[in-house]
This record gives sequence, structure tokens and C-alpha cells, in this order.
Amino acid sequence: MNEIALLIAATIASGTPIALAGLGLLLNEKSGVLNLGAEGMMLIAAVAGFATAFLTGSDLLAFAAGAAAGALAAAFFGVLVIWMNTNQYATGLALSLFGGGFSAFVGAAYVGKKLGERVPFEVPFLADIPFVGPALFKQHPMSYITIGLVLAVAWFLYRSRAGLVLRAVGESPESAHALGYRVRWIRLGAVMAGGALCGVAGAFLSVVYAPLWVEGLVAGRGWIALALTTFATWRPMRVLLGAYLFGGVTMLQFHLQAQGVEIASQLLAMLPYIATIVVLALISRNPAWIRINMPASLGRGFHPNS
Amino acid sequence: MTDIVKRRLLSWAGLCAIAATAALVGCGKKDEPAPTAAAPVASAAAAAPAPKPEPLKAAWVYVGPVGDAGWTFAHDLGRKEAEAKFGDAIKTTFVEKVPEGADAERVIRDLATQGNKIIFATSFGFMEAMLKVAADFPDVKFEHATGYKTAPNMRIYDASFYQDTYMAGVIAGKMTKSNTLGFVGSFPIPEVLRNINAYTLGAQSMNPKVKVKVVWVNTWFDPAKEGEAAQSLINQGADVLLQNTDSSAVLQTAEKNGKYAFGWDSDMSMFGPKAHLASAVANWGPYYIKAIEDLKAGTWKTERTVWGVKEGMNDLIKIGDMVPEDAKKRVEEIKAGLKDGSFEPFTGPISDNTGKERLAKDTKADQAWKDKIDFYVKGVDGKVPTGK
Amino acid sequence: MLKLEVRPQPSKLMSLASPLLALALTALFAALLFVMLGKDPVRGLGAYFFEPLNGVRAMGEVALKATPLILCALGLAVCYRSNVWNIGAEGQFLLGAISGGGMALWLTTAGVTGPKGLYAPLVLLAGMAGGAFWAAITAGLRDRFNASEILVSLMLVYVAQQLLNYLVFGPWKDPAGFNFPQTMTFDASTWLPSLWTGTRLHWGFPLALLLVGLFWLFMFRSWRGFQLQVGGLAPAAARYAGFSARSALWTAMLTSGAMAGLAGAMEAAGPLRQLTPHVSTGYGFTAIIVCFVGRLHPVGIVFSGVLLSMMLIGGELGQSRLGLPNALTGVFQGLLLFLLLACDTLIHYRVRISKSGIKATMKARAA
Repeated sequence: MNEIALLIAATIASGTPIALAGLGLLLNEKSGVLNLGAEGMMLIAAVAGFATAFLTGSDLLAFAAGAAAGALAAAFFGVLVIWMNTNQYATGLALSLFGGGFSAFVGAAYVGKKLGERVPFEVPFLADIPFVGPALFKQHPMSYITIGLVLAVAWFLYRSRAGLVLRAVGESPESAHALGYRVRWIRLGAVMAGGALCGVAGAFLSVVYAPLWVEGLVAGRGWIALALTTFATWRPMRVLLGAYLFGGVTMLQFHLQAQGVEIASQLLAMLPYIATIVVLALISRNPAWIRINMPASLGRGFHPNS
Repeated sequence: MTDIVKRRLLSWAGLCAIAATAALVGCGKKDEPAPTAAAPVASAAAAAPAPKPEPLKAAWVYVGPVGDAGWTFAHDLGRKEAEAKFGDAIKTTFVEKVPEGADAERVIRDLATQGNKIIFATSFGFMEAMLKVAADFPDVKFEHATGYKTAPNMRIYDASFYQDTYMAGVIAGKMTKSNTLGFVGSFPIPEVLRNINAYTLGAQSMNPKVKVKVVWVNTWFDPAKEGEAAQSLINQGADVLLQNTDSSAVLQTAEKNGKYAFGWDSDMSMFGPKAHLASAVANWGPYYIKAIEDLKAGTWKTERTVWGVKEGMNDLIKIGDMVPEDAKKRVEEIKAGLKDGSFEPFTGPISDNTGKERLAKDTKADQAWKDKIDFYVKGVDGKVPTGK
Repeated sequence: MLKLEVRPQPSKLMSLASPLLALALTALFAALLFVMLGKDPVRGLGAYFFEPLNGVRAMGEVALKATPLILCALGLAVCYRSNVWNIGAEGQFLLGAISGGGMALWLTTAGVTGPKGLYAPLVLLAGMAGGAFWAAITAGLRDRFNASEILVSLMLVYVAQQLLNYLVFGPWKDPAGFNFPQTMTFDASTWLPSLWTGTRLHWGFPLALLLVGLFWLFMFRSWRGFQLQVGGLAPAAARYAGFSARSALWTAMLTSGAMAGLAGAMEAAGPLRQLTPHVSTGYGFTAIIVCFVGRLHPVGIVFSGVLLSMMLIGGELGQSRLGLPNALTGVFQGLLLFLLLACDTLIHYRVRISKSGIKATMKARAA
């Protein structure tokens, strides 16, 4: 019984960085911009966050640095894609490539460095409840902040005027422009906000989850997060669920290995990916549902004078 | 500005760009022949006063980044030791992050063409590539780590990490309270299976009730995943962890959970001051120095060199204060036994975890037996993921 | 203030000049970076742009590395032009290596032998079938369940990697291989015959060039190709014209899967001659970049394949000749791509220095 509680706890921890990055990408995509550079942004932010944490000893500053680094990288991408109308897919890929090399280059000085002691966090009182306590209430604060952010983004998108404008920009930038909204600046804002969230995810990996820096630390989680926004059909709550599904099955396959289950570890390692595909197939069966939720202008550029 | 003027400007800019690139490339071309043309002149001039011998060029091929603080880092330290020892007499080069596929052949061939007289390839996956290049460069010496194929100018070298894991097991057997140990494995290659089995045997020698759980991450390096694997082992009751992956994540996860773990490839004591029991380290310097000395002295011959604690190739160091005295003493005894050749971690009777006997009573395993390990010994949970 | 204005027609000059401009700017940045690192900038640039082509063997290596990139990118170009976003070329490549390698292994263990290269076409066909099969899973899930091909194809990449691991660590492991994860070496009859002595270049390269020509014909001179492109550019118009989106999906996915599979089988039967976990060095993903840099055009893909191949090889040479860190290759590739994309903007837009805003408009009106 206790093992299942621990498995749930591990699932939440494992899913948090993916959920954060997925949330950021969702914001991007709601405004109509597809950013394939998530991996690069997360890597740059991871090295920035680690360096900050190492030099200042403050986790808060590290997360801020990660967010800033992510936003900056995203801004660079945004200017290219929004103002110069470069191909979104290619520019995003370039960002991933560049981010990988740049983070390795800059981070070379921080390999093998260690951050300060960290006290494990527990929610007082609630953490002592049997089963539920260790399952849900012994997470790093960022896990709870992530859930809060998901709810905040959902509220923002569907209950606030600003969110409505953002979604309008994503559905039809031409109409939004005709209404007088500054489409390109709104898109840039969404891209930078998305970059900031990816940055926090990257910093979380290097400062809390690992916690260390080596090149390639993110190890493909940026791509998983990208896939998750599609999986989530662009609804924030589903991003969280998708991240937990993925993280959960990953931890489950380790759990099964440690149990001594006699299936080859490579086949078990396929499980998280197969599970994601299966669930996606099940929830995507209604094409109308996808059409409703996918931002219509996703991936297409916009020029105010064209 | 009119359109025509702009168009002219653009075409000039384009032409200038092309010309600039051509000029740069052309300059690059001139650079290469120039030094070699200058060299004979220089050496002729230098020949008169006192001929300085050309430094011996040695090259290393790494599978990972030198900044991994793990496997490649240890090899690079060895390279630097050789550099320090021989000073101006050698000139070293290295290429890192070489994929173990078709690209490796190109890199090794290029290094051989560049005048390197001895090339070290530090990962198993370079074996076939190195063999192909060795056939084409008979006067270059090729050294391959952890492999098994040789040629008249290619030989192999390896360490005996299982000695370290046996000693780690001895400590783990004493430190464990739950009688469950954990191992985070990278890939189920023979070396890692050897290490797991030695860990188990060492632990059982101090504590016969011990069981070992293994989780494979199918990568050499993914700190987040290593941490997750470690966490899942801890969640199932393991309280002393060992790893064969390259980062400190396993140790750090143990520290976070108040359990114990070992460092791997380098001294990781600072990553988990309360959790760190000892670090298993590799020390490739002495072998690299010997290999280069062999080459200089003309005594280089094809052979398989497997060194261990005796020759200082690997060791278990920085044993923590929390380890009880009897365990420390046993480790010292084992080290002495390894150094004088009287102790062999794989001494029979050994059965695998299906009950089949693999080594008879009182028999000391030879290198061939150790090379062929494809099973888990009794006490390890699960089946080796090879589909057998 | 700099403003971007749409050109009435795309500029032909910039179409040709923009890649050169981007290359020149990248070289400039690179030189600056080398100087900052304390390395000789000329030798540094030489390592990336000159050394990879220095000599027959070197050019053979560039062509060898470019071949799988070009093959994968050709298939992906068809996909992307049809608006089918196949990101899983890497997985299809691996399946091609597995099925091609599997065929070669089967022939070798069955004792079948013959002159060098006799059964290579069989191996390649098996590879194409394997890659197409993997792509068919993605196509089928999109067709039947509307599952996004971006996600499915990407997830299948990881599944394919684990499948390869499983096979070489398990059932296909060389029994005489001391338990290391590799298959036995394939019989010479299954090898791809070498094209030029003294290089590792094999017949795959001319085959790739032939396919470039075929794809050009397909995309720009065939009815089916036309249908696919219209479907990608204007889906509503395509539906109105009766072009089936469903058959476009299957054509695109199966084609790109087959091409990626072909590339995978070529790698296994060409330079490697066995299966190991390291058959691919990310060719499927790099091919996506090659595809875009080549502007989704078969001829452009050849050039961008060669260029990226040079940069990758240059990265190795930079390390061994100058001690440059490996991370720089990623930086340069990303930078080149950024600059290329930025310069490409100049094809459709022109830069105009103009005074905008109310004051300027008033002034203009008053004048």
C-alpha cells in the first residue's frame, strides 16, 4: 500500500517539469505560434538556473533566472517568427539546436558542481495522513505551484478578457487585427510567457529534480512536452493529466523492473510512449472536438499589411 | 532610394559575400601547405644546433563529453596525467562525443592520417571501426578499451570494476537495515552484469540475507531518469544503492531520502555527505603512461591487459566514517588480497538465481568465465533483460 | 525606422543570394567566436568549410553522411508539402535498419552467400517495407482515430529505439560476441558495393541522386504530386476539387516512411555491416532541418544535405585539429539556420527605411 503512495508521489514529481513546459507551449500555441524549440529553451534555462543557484544559493533567484532565460530565448524566436515571418517549424528547430550547443558551451564550467543542502518539503499536518499524506503532500513547492499555474492559465484563457483576446488572435489574427488589437505584440507576449514557463521547467530540472548540470540534461523532455500539447487538445487541465500519465507510466515501469517482473527492460521502457499513443487515440476519436480546440491559425504567419 | 539602385546594391552585397567566403576559404587553403613548407626549412635550420625530437602524437577518442564528470572525464584525467608525465615529448589530442556508429571510423581514420602514432578508443562501440582503420595503418598503434577483438597493431585494455563493486557490496551488506540493496544499471552488457553480481556476492559475504533489486535506465547518462530509477528502488525498500550510470543523481536521490549510496567513476562524496559510503573510481593514467612507454621503447605488442586494484587501475576510495570498523577492515583485507593475487571475488560455489550452479566450490573464476557472465547470481531479483 | 513591406513578387535574386548571405554571416560570427576563444579564425573556418572537402576520401565521407539525410529529407518534403507533419522519421529510419538488418541477418544465418552485393537490393527493399510499416501505424491512427501524427510519430521514435535495443541485446545478439549488444557481421553478399575505392562511399549515393530526380518529377510534374501540394496549401480547395485528404495522408506517410527506412537499411548494410544500438546518430531529426533549409525542394535538399553533413564532420575536425569544443557544432548549425531563415524573409519582403507614424503621414499629406 505504501508503495503505491510512493508511486503516486514519484509520478507527480516526474510529471511536474513536463507539465510546466507543456503549459508554456500551450500558451504559445493558443496565440497561433508553434514553438518547436522547447528543448533548446529548457536547456538554456536549466544552465541559467543552475548557475544562478550555484552562485547565489537562492532557489527563487534560480527559478527567476530560468524564467528570464526562457523568455529571452523565446523573444528571439518570436521576433524572427512574428516580425520577419520566418517558417515557424524551422525556426523552432533552429532554436532547439542552438540551445543545445549554447547550453553545453556555456555550462561547461558548471559540470560537477554541487548546490547547497535542501530540506525536503512537507505540507504540515496534511503530510501525516496515512497514504494520502506521503502520496500527495510531500512534494517540492513547485509541484503545487504547477497545479496552481494550470488552474490560473485555464481561468485566464476561458474566463478573462485578456484570454479571450489571446484565443481570438490564435483563431483568426486577421479579424483580431481588424478589431484593432495589436496582434504581433500579443503573440510576442504569449511566446515570451510560454518561454518563461518552459524556462521554469528547465530550471526545476537542474536545480531541484536532478539537481546538477550536464549537457543534454533535459534529455528530450521538451519534445515530450510538445507532443503533450497536442495530446491535451490544447486544454490546460489535460496538459497536466497528460504529464502525470507520462510520468506515472515511466515510474511504473521502473517499479515493475525493481519488482523483478520478467519482461525485458527495453520492452517495459516502451510503455510510457505506447500508453500516451493509446490514450491519445481514444480521446481523439471525435474530430469535431479537435477542430473546436485547435487554434485555427496555428503555424501560419501573420503580416498586418498583407 | 529607387528600386534599381537597391537591386544593384543587393547584387553587389551578394557578390561581396561570395568573394569574402572564397577569400577566407582560399586563405585557409594556403595556411595548410605553408606550415609544412616551413617545417622542413625550420627543422633543417634547427638540425644544425641540436635536433629536437618530434613530439610523439597521441590521440584519444571519447564517446561522451569530457564534462560528464564520469566515464569520459576519468579517461581525460588519464590523458592529462600522461601529458604531465611526458611533457614536451608527446602531443595529445582528443575528440569527444563521437557516436559509436559509422562516424567513429571517420574520426579514427582522420586521427591516424594526422600523424598520431597511438590512438586510444574509450568505449566498446568503437571496436569494429577501429579494427577497420587498423588494417589500413600498420604503423599506428591502436588501443581499444573494454573490447575483445585484436589485430597485429591493435590491442585491448580493461579495468576490473567488479573488484570495486564487490568491496562496495561488503560495505552495503553491513550498512543495510532492510536487507534490500538497489542497483541502477545502464545497459545489460557483460561488464554491468559482472558488477551487479560482484556487488551481490560481496554483500552476501557479510550478510547472507541480502537481496538486490535492479532497474535498467537504458542510457549511460540521463540524471533525471537515474534519479527516478533510484527513487523507485528506494520506494521498494532498497536502502543502499549502487549504480553503473555516470551522474551523481543516484547518490543525490539517496541523500534526499536519507538512504545510502556509492559514487561511481569519480569521487562523489560532496554530492551526498550523509549518504556517501564510498566511491568506486577509475584511474586510467598509469595504463596510458605504460602504453606510451611501450611504444617509445619499442616493446609494444598485441595483448589484452586487464588491470585492477593491484595495478591501481580502479579502486574504492573515500570510505565514509559511518561505515563500521569491521567492514572497513574487511575491505582493507580484500584490497591486500587483490594486490597479492590471493583473493578473487568470483570464487565458487556460485549459482545463478534460477538455481543452476555456475561455478564449482572453491574454484576461482578465470577471465574467460568472467567475460561470459550473462546471468544474475542468486539473490538478485528478476531476469537479465536479454530475452533468454 | 525599418519596415518590412511585402514584395509584389518574390525576389529571384534573394532566392539565390540569401543562403550565401546567411553562410557568409555565419562564417563571420564563427570567426568572431574563434577569436574570442583564442583560436585562429582562418584555421577554424577552414576546419568547418574546407577540410571536409579536402581530398577524395573526405568528399566521399561528406557524401556518405549526406546520403541518409537526403533520402529522409526527400520523403519528409513530400509530407510537409502535403501538410502532414511527420516528426518520426528517426523511428522509421530505425525500423528500416531493423528490417533491412534483419533480412541480412536471416540470409547470413541461413548460410546464403554470393558475390559481394548480390542481395543488397533485397536488404534495401526490406528496409523500405519496415520504414513504411512504421509510418503506416502513424497514418492509421490519424486516419481511424484522428490522433495527431506529430505526437504519434514522435512517440514511435522512442518505441523504435527500445525495440532496436531489445533486439540487439536479446534475440539477435551475436552468440560469439561475448554478450555485447551487436549482431554478427552480415555476409558480404548483403553489403552495399562500394562506389569508389579508397572511400566508404557506396551505391546508395547515386541511388539517392536518382531518387532526387524521381521526386522532382513526382512533386512538380505528376498529377498525384500536384494533388498533394494543393492539399497542403489550400485544403478547402483540394476538398472541393475532390482530392482525397485521406489518400494524401497515406501516400505522404508511406513515402516518407519508405525513404527513411531505405536510409536506415543503407546505414546498416553500408558502412556498418551489422546492427548495433547506434545505427542512427539522429539522422531522422537532422533530416527535418535539411528539408527546411532545402526549402522542401529536392534539388535544394541535396545542397542542404551536403552542407549539414559538412558542418557535422567539420565539428569533429574542429575538435581534432584545433581543440574546439564539440558544443560549437550545435551553435553553428542553429545560427546558420536562424540566419538562413532571416535572410529568406528578404525574398518575400523588402526592407524599407521609412518614417511612419502620424507626424510623418501628416507631413507626407501636406507635401
